[in-house]
Amino acid sequence: MSNQKPETGAFFQRDRNWQPDAYTPKYKTSILRSPQKPLLSLDGTLSEITGPVFGHNILGELDNDLLLNFSKDGQTPVGERIVVHGRVLDERGVPVKGALIEFWQANAGGRYRHKKETYLAPLDPNFGGCGRTITDENGGYCFRTVKPGAYPWPNGVNDWRPAHIHFSLFGHGFSQRLITQMYFEGDPLIWMCPIVQSIGDKDAINQLIAPLDMASAIPMDSLAYKFDIILRGRRSTLFENRREGN
Amino acid sequence: MTQPLTYFKETPSQTAGPYVHIGCTPNFSGLEGVFPADLGTKMLSGEAEGKRIIIRGRVLDGTGAPIKDALVEIWQADAKGLYNSPTEHRGQADPNFTGWGRCPSDMTSGEFVFETIKPGQVPFKDGRLMAPHVTLWIVARGINIGLQTRMYFSDEEKANADDPILVRIEHRHRVSTLIGTKSGDEYTFDIHLQGDNETVFFDI
Ligand SMILES: [Fe+3]
Repeated sequence: MSNQKPETGAFFQRDRNWQPDAYTPKYKTSILRSPQKPLLSLDGTLSEITGPVFGHNILGELDNDLLLNFSKDGQTPVGERIVVHGRVLDERGVPVKGALIEFWQANAGGRYRHKKETYLAPLDPNFGGCGRTITDENGGYCFRTVKPGAYPWPNGVNDWRPAHIHFSLFGHGFSQRLITQMYFEGDPLIWMCPIVQSIGDKDAINQLIAPLDMASAIPMDSLAYKFDIILRGRRSTLFENRREGN
Repeated sequence: MTQPLTYFKETPSQTAGPYVHIGCTPNFSGLEGVFPADLGTKMLSGEAEGKRIIIRGRVLDGTGAPIKDALVEIWQADAKGLYNSPTEHRGQADPNFTGWGRCPSDMTSGEFVFETIKPGQVPFKDGRLMAPHVTLWIVARGINIGLQTRMYFSDEEKANADDPILVRIEHRHRVSTLIGTKSGDEYTFDIHLQGDNETVFFDI
């Protein structure tokens, strides 16, 4: 345990050039779902600086194991077994400890287990496709799963999503809240995808592509991909009226 | 030569997609047996202090149609104006109230509903009190980066008139897009993504 109080500074302004625009017409659904008026820009107040934090008591033993958390009679899902791991840091490089991460994905054939999903690829009886974990003292996390398949989606006539895993993250303040997607190194579909292209900066796109991490692969068992995630950083409280945390 | 100023860049956001429920509210989406319950469905237990209220609304697209695949989260103070958060240093928030709720929009009607309590007032940075409000965060297919806004309360006219955030809104007719309308113990708050009534969204 650290005797340092949690930091309470406001967050750095979001870099809206690095983040995707709201209106990205090649991704057709964004056309009617993007605000058109300017956002009201304000420094964070207590309502944004604070945020919900979740304890390990919400986690079940298999929550970060998608190979087993939906399996029937000990059978594991079809597909390439992988470990996904990394660290959650803020923009200053400070580890974000105790951060809830939720993840979801299609199965190895590119099919989601969802009421509304109609893709012809089959469901896998042993794969649910959701999991969650909480970062450790160093901001680290890991989970086991199968590599998801690419899938077609109704946008263009022949648009396919590159293989991806969806991530939802809580930091320590509500305006750190983030939903994103992780892609896999070497996938040619990444650069054709209108959702990926909602991000204008190539370096920003590269930040979503997890490299193959042979050092973390488990011989004769699983390959590994490393995906670090950066949440908004807090301004130092050094120059606030009340000095704390510095 | 100076030292380099090295900061990381925030990970870019991507749309939550049509199947955000699988990860965030799996039981709602028909994916049962992984998590015992969906997170954020229950914000208070019986002993929670404060007035019980319901917040009900829809997220409407540019044609005025309700979005049926959105996920809405709210974050708010307790009845005394304290946040149930480790970064709350002013005091101990009500342990029977989480302050955080999550609700997928109904797959047929598009409606979201939160059973919560009326929040107390929270100070702005300069010590002035902000009017009671709830912070909302909205994600959905077609939304590339989560949208943040606030709901204030129609029965708090005086406090709303003095609110340090609401007074910053230049086009005064847009203030009404941030006010939930009271009817009994319920407040109705529709979120308009576009159009004449486009909700004021924050970059905060
Ligand atoms: Fe997807």
